Amino acid sequence: MIRMTAKPIDPSELRKALFDPAAGAYCGFEGWIRNENDGQAVLRLEYEVYEPLAISEGESILAEARDRFPHLHAHCVHRTGLLEIGECAVWVGVSAPHRDAAFHACRYIIDHLKVRLPIWKKEHYVDGHSGWVNCERCATHGKAAL
Amino acid sequence: MKSITVRYFAMFREHAGVDAETLSLEAATARDVFSATRERHGSAEPSGHCKVAINDVMADWDSPVNDGDTVLLFPPVAGG
Repeated sequence: MIRMTAKPIDPSELRKALFDPAAGAYCGFEGWIRNENDGQAVLRLEYEVYEPLAISEGESILAEARDRFPHLHAHCVHRTGLLEIGECAVWVGVSAPHRDAAFHACRYIIDHLKVRLPIWKKEHYVDGHSGWVNCERCATHGKAAL
Repeated sequence: MKSITVRYFAMFREHAGVDAETLSLEAATARDVFSATRERHGSAEPSGHCKVAINDVMADWDSPVNDGDTVLLFPPVAGG
């Protein structure tokens, strides 16, 4: 399951849907809004999402993870709209029989989500200007897992 | 000539000044549509960093376009 939401993300509630008597491991990733990027002080972030394809491409990524890691449950929620510093922008949660698969599946999903989903973020800076973030840097950070 | 509806997102929408527009183009592929919009709106973003969809299905720059298609132009994405 993947969905987009304009409301705050509550991982402690979302993880309950991953409970499975056969699962011995849960791994969650939360992406938070931080107050700095490339030396610029960030005030808030704005996410634009093209939801029809964000959902279909996201479901493809979750299906790929399930193919790679047997008996995996995987969910994701991504925020839309204006977010303040410290808010959770994206949550990925997985459960699996063992921790190795849980860690790797979680990493696989977040790395692919960041570079494949039609989602854009605009940073609003403390000094008043704003700019769209080009995520080539994200792709570089995640390339080991791609 | 083909009638192609182009939808713009994020920085492309800001460059174009519109969410979408329908253009008459001599375009064989998605790449041709992208080139035409770059000339029209002056966007310098290379297509290699961008993604394209046709009629809500992810496509390649070499994918053919047909009369009546909607081409969605995605600037470099940055989820998470």
